[in-house]
Amino acid sequence: MRNTRALQGGALLALLALGFGVSPLLYGNQSLLFSMMAYVALAQGLNVAYGFTGYLPFGYVGFFGAGAYGTALAITALHWPPVAAVLGGGVLAMVFGVVLAPLLRLSGAYFSIANLAASQALYYVVANPDLAGITRGPYGIKLTSVFAPNLSYAVLWVILLLATGAAIYLRTSRLGLALRATNQDPVSAAAAGVDPVRGRLVAWLLSALIAGLVGGAYGWHVSVFYPQSVFTLRISIFAIVFVLFGGAGTVIGPVIGAVLLYGLYDAIGISSPEYFQLVYGILIIALVLFLPDGLASLARRRVRDVL
Amino acid sequence: MSSEPLLEVSRVVKRFGGMRALDGVSLELNAGEVLGLVGPNGSGKTTLINVISGVHRPEQGTVRFRGREVAGMAAHRLARLGVNRTFQVPRPFKEMSVRDNVRVAAIFGSGGRLDPDAVLERTGLAALAAREAGALNTGQQKQLDLARALATDPGLLLVDEIGAGLNPEELHAMAERLLALREEGIALLVVEHLLDFLNHIAPRVIVLSAGREIFQGSLADAAQDEQVVEAFIGG
Repeated sequence: MRNTRALQGGALLALLALGFGVSPLLYGNQSLLFSMMAYVALAQGLNVAYGFTGYLPFGYVGFFGAGAYGTALAITALHWPPVAAVLGGGVLAMVFGVVLAPLLRLSGAYFSIANLAASQALYYVVANPDLAGITRGPYGIKLTSVFAPNLSYAVLWVILLLATGAAIYLRTSRLGLALRATNQDPVSAAAAGVDPVRGRLVAWLLSALIAGLVGGAYGWHVSVFYPQSVFTLRISIFAIVFVLFGGAGTVIGPVIGAVLLYGLYDAIGISSPEYFQLVYGILIIALVLFLPDGLASLARRRVRDVL
Repeated sequence: MSSEPLLEVSRVVKRFGGMRALDGVSLELNAGEVLGLVGPNGSGKTTLINVISGVHRPEQGTVRFRGREVAGMAAHRLARLGVNRTFQVPRPFKEMSVRDNVRVAAIFGSGGRLDPDAVLERTGLAALAAREAGALNTGQQKQLDLARALATDPGLLLVDEIGAGLNPEELHAMAERLLALREEGIALLVVEHLLDFLNHIAPRVIVLSAGREIFQGSLADAAQDEQVVEAFIGG
């Protein structure tokens, strides 16, 4: 079973590497490919937290924004090279994850709402005009001096593969088994010798790191951004919907969800937002009614062990 | 060989708000011994199991296992030390296979010393290994609870009403299984309302009432004790 999953994991990684590696050569809209890749990685990062521990972070965008701003500050204030700055952005998001770790004592909606509030608090700190000397407040960030769309695309490509690799690890490793057990029944898991705090903390920080890295690569790629564009709740909602649509707790689900739904958003979401909202709404209702475990559950009916 | 008991509970007090669920309970248990724990509903039996297994921290008193103070220790650390339990209402990982349920405990509880397949064989669950745990009936889920606890290689097993909901045939098999564990040197603290079942496996019982010990001795003697009769039937 473990071998089947490792094999599926290798195939998925190869497919993603090839798909997002070669498509810029065949398709000119790099911006679409970049955004899609960012959402696949973000969905996978959210899946690491939600799919494996059951904690649904409505404020997931907070880590993305922390990564974007961390990267920007490392470039503008510390004069770090952009790739190192993206890493720094990821670490800053992880530090934000450490600060929010006590929220893991909460459960269900209480956790989700508290996390949402924390991300909004961070947004207001960053956007505060009084802190414009550090964050440039509402006036936004400019990184045009290091603008490098191809290199930032390549960095995000690596981040995507790492995020997918992390999810494969959790799906196939002993740590993943411990997380699944804790998610299903923390009291029984402790009786089985599983430390319920350690596994959740590892997954939570890994999830924060992934969002921070994606945010950092995004900030560098677009090179001009504002607080409201990297802390918008829409980023959290998209990532959550993509994960649920594809199938939380699987590796392949968030990839399918993000590619299909972001593709749909790009096709009609900008040109005809009203139809997009309608189609999205219908899709979500249909999913909740007929496929509550996401599209990956369709595959599970045929192949018992889906990655 | 040390003469120290495997488990030594001394004057344990546990309160929930203003209520004293345990009010100075003490007991000793040696390796390979079976001790029954009986009492009316609300007398503190499950609370005592929860205190020994690390679910609750007592306000007063000590709990020593193999000579080490373990009161208030986290449940996962106690499981690794050799203290484990089954639950009154079985709590399997429902969306995992029977084998994975036992595998989790073998990996994290016994540090990989025990082979999950051997544990499944020993507990009569080998044929159900690939089944999803949530699809098992109550009797099978109780067996799985026991198998998962055994996979952590316990020295002390706390058994909470394992007989409830089992048919006579399953009850008999469970009693034999628990006696076999005793023969292997595992100490058993058994909470049970089915007195025939308990009488078959436990030569000594402690009777609790309102969080206090009111009797210690054989079950047959307990049935003749005025205080015990009063606690069960009412004054």
